[in-house]
Amino acid sequence: MLKGLGSQRLVALFVGGWVLFNFPLLGLWDRDATVWGIPLFPLALFLLWGGLIAALAWLMEWPEDRLANRNAERPDDRAEAPPPPAPPQE
Amino acid sequence: MLLPALVIASSFAYLLLLFAVAYWADRRAQTGRSVIANPWTYALSLAVYCTAWTYFGSVGRAASGGVWFLPIYLGPTLVMLLGWIVLRKMIRIAKAYRITSIADFVASRYGKSPLLAGLVTLIAVVGIVPYIALQLKAVSAGYALLTVPGGVAEAAHWSRDSAFYVALVLAGFAMVFGARHLDTTERHEGMVAAIAFESVVKLVAFLLVGFFVVYGLFDGLGDLFARTQAVPQLQQLLRLEQGGQFAWAQWFGLMLLSMFSVVFLPRQFQVMVVENVREDHLRRAVWVFPLYMLLINLFVLPIALGGLLYFGPGQANAENFVLSLPLAAGQHALALFAFVGGLSAATGMVIVETVAVSTMVSNELVLPLLLRWRHLRSSGGQDFTRLLLGIRRAAILGVLVLGYVYFHLAGEAYALVSIGLISFAAVAQFAPVVLGGMYWKGGTRLGALAGLLAGFLMWAYTLMLPSIAKSGWLDMGFIAHGPWGMAWLRPEQLLGLQGFDGLTHSLFWSMLANVVAYVGVSLWRAPSGREASQALLFVDVFERTAGSSPVFWRGRANTQDLLRLCERFLGAAKARALLDGYAQRVGVRNAQALRPDARLVQFVETQLAGAVGSASARALVASVAEEETLSPEDVLRILDEASQIRAYSRALEDKSRSLEQATAELRAANEQLQSLDRLKDDFMSSVTHELRTPLTSIRALAELMQDDAGMPQAQRQQFVGIIVAETERLTRLVNQVLDMAKIESGHAEWHVAPVDMRALVERAVATTAEVFRERAAQVQVQLPDEAPVLQADPDRILQVLLNLLSNAAKFVPSPGGQVQVRLTSDAQGVTVCVQDNGPGVQPGHEAMIFDRFHQTDLGVQVAHGTGLGLPISRHIAEHFGGRLWLEPSVQPGACFCFWLPLPTEPIGDKTP
Repeated sequence: MLKGLGSQRLVALFVGGWVLFNFPLLGLWDRDATVWGIPLFPLALFLLWGGLIAALAWLMEWPEDRLANRNAERPDDRAEAPPPPAPPQE
Repeated sequence: MLLPALVIASSFAYLLLLFAVAYWADRRAQTGRSVIANPWTYALSLAVYCTAWTYFGSVGRAASGGVWFLPIYLGPTLVMLLGWIVLRKMIRIAKAYRITSIADFVASRYGKSPLLAGLVTLIAVVGIVPYIALQLKAVSAGYALLTVPGGVAEAAHWSRDSAFYVALVLAGFAMVFGARHLDTTERHEGMVAAIAFESVVKLVAFLLVGFFVVYGLFDGLGDLFARTQAVPQLQQLLRLEQGGQFAWAQWFGLMLLSMFSVVFLPRQFQVMVVENVREDHLRRAVWVFPLYMLLINLFVLPIALGGLLYFGPGQANAENFVLSLPLAAGQHALALFAFVGGLSAATGMVIVETVAVSTMVSNELVLPLLLRWRHLRSSGGQDFTRLLLGIRRAAILGVLVLGYVYFHLAGEAYALVSIGLISFAAVAQFAPVVLGGMYWKGGTRLGALAGLLAGFLMWAYTLMLPSIAKSGWLDMGFIAHGPWGMAWLRPEQLLGLQGFDGLTHSLFWSMLANVVAYVGVSLWRAPSGREASQALLFVDVFERTAGSSPVFWRGRANTQDLLRLCERFLGAAKARALLDGYAQRVGVRNAQALRPDARLVQFVETQLAGAVGSASARALVASVAEEETLSPEDVLRILDEASQIRAYSRALEDKSRSLEQATAELRAANEQLQSLDRLKDDFMSSVTHELRTPLTSIRALAELMQDDAGMPQAQRQQFVGIIVAETERLTRLVNQVLDMAKIESGHAEWHVAPVDMRALVERAVATTAEVFRERAAQVQVQLPDEAPVLQADPDRILQVLLNLLSNAAKFVPSPGGQVQVRLTSDAQGVTVCVQDNGPGVQPGHEAMIFDRFHQTDLGVQVAHGTGLGLPISRHIAEHFGGRLWLEPSVQPGACFCFWLPLPTEPIGDKTP
């Protein structure tokens, strides 16, 4: 389940998201302040949310990761057979 | 106010458009140009999660609780973070075993149990009907708000009720696009396309209303929030604590609940797993779907605050702000569009949910009963596909009518959000058995049954009963003091547990009971053979491919019976196509000639499962085959055999691959040897020929002199001269052969000395001047004023020069021959080129001329050569670190060059 690096990153992101959106970290944003005229708490919630989505999109669409996953998925694939040795030279 | 006719006409025009979209998508699918086979459509179809509840209910929730509408969307976002791991596994399992619904999934995992399938279906129906009622209620309320002064829906008779007709149209849609034909993959292209389209409509409509409220009614977000801060009552909505202790447990519970429901709600399972076209689409959908949820929630809080500011706190129903704000501001067109958006949110949910639930009801409840009751299995060649479709359509209608009835009976009692959450809590009961089934092999059928039952009963007691009581149908004293006055049985404070709201309380108890019963009963007994085999197939799905998966079946079957079974439940034409395809894959002429082995039985069962569900398919196959019951040991042995076969075939593959490689190497070596052998033969014949020619003339002349004693002295002298010349030629030939042999074997002697290339070239040209004069050829020499001094064997270098010059002499035309000798030098070394205007080297022979024993087939002229000159020269050049080559593309004639490096150290003897 967690063979590829990509999968481990996803799990880490999940744990991170779970911690960010719960007690007690979420309470840290609960202040009587505004940013650009918008109250801090709702703004922070949406920004955290957006950030999480952006990180996920990056992980899923990043081609290098895609390659790593593909390799992790098909452990049965063998390396290409080495080319036959060059015929002996005179 | 809007004219009722206008609203009704717009609604039905919109629903017609939906039909058109679905019809178009179905047509495209038939011609092979599927519109849903792309990740964006897939992601948008997942947004069926956002129903009228999101559209109207979120605003209501925000107006009373601030950010409390958010956990319902944060949970699914977190699930999507794990989507590539968990959902992909689910999709893989569903595709491999033709799973058609969540009930089928659970039943199939725990040994294809019909009882389990029925229980899951029952829970789903009980949980979902209120949710469908909620959608109808939302549409009806919206319609009333737009058309009735004051916006309060009167309890209309059903024949004059808009919701009733909406329900009928939706039932029609679901029947047409959700149950038109039996498909062994249970996919509905038209429906999914329509759902994706609806997702776009509701998002656009909600965003438009949001923009209007923020920038039309207010002066941007800053203004809206500043005014909110000015009202003490509203200030708290922007904060977490809201004056009191924040209910972390409830927050946590809501997130957990929504995480489960985004996967286990029947409609979500339908679009996410069953309708998935390609696993890879998940890659994009997992982030586009959360993004969709973020966008649709962006304006929830602003609309709620805007409504509260506009109408004044508590003056209007906040769940209708999306409609009432544009309406109050005189924006009738926007209000109508907002209504259409809400309609699409509601209809999308209703359509997919009824199709999903009806599949479950027909496959897992009705069909098993019918099979028992009418002995369908034994009756003749009757075609049951029409009956199956009929059942499914009736189930669609039934579910919708149930929803409508519930709406009429209980609709007024509860707010939208509460109804939705009750449904969520019901389907959350599927989570332990599904997730446990995917990752734990120990779960058993009895464990799953116990877990589901315990969770469901606890849900009914702690959540459903209180909600019924609050609707006024039960004595409230039951809630307040417990049944028969037993306080510890109070549904909302079971065993005296306090400090939770009703939902969290119910979620805690039902999940606890569910998990404990599931795990406890599962551990009570080891899995049976069938349970163990299904557990292996589910948990290790990524480790198996179609070809190598073990077949857990043993017994005797008859091909004819199996074929007839397929025809009866899949339709004759489809069954024939499927089985002929299968026959072709296993290399048999046609379906009739198939051997009734375990694999065929498994194939038939999987195909049937796609149409009637795995539990019914199991029963059907069992009815025509004599089966042996597998024990857990049998399962392990079959698995062992399968993995051994896989290991053997892999080893065999390896062996044959290396064998192939060795064969190829040997073949190449053999070819090399053969060509060398041929060259040697050619050389031998050419050498013997060369030796014979001078020998013949020597012998002929000697015999002449022997026979004719009185030969004139002058004549005799001439003959002796020829004999000497011919002998010299013989000697040269033999010397060259020996020379080549020596160089090749590394026994040659090299006398390294400083070499002045200028002088050497001049000497060589002078030596060959006589030959060129004989052939009437002109030799042109281009020498630099000064040439560097090399460290080499001067005799050997001279040999190379002479060889190139004599080659040129051989090949130039006579007369008219032109030969150029050039000497150039640079910092690295010295290059000498000899160019002639002869016929040149035949194209394709450029490399071969450097082979030993190779002679160009140019006729008589060449007969003088031994075929060793060029190879020897090349060896010499290479011995001194240089090279010799044929200058390409010099036409006409040939240009041979060699290059020798300058010594790296000024003085030094490079004797090898």
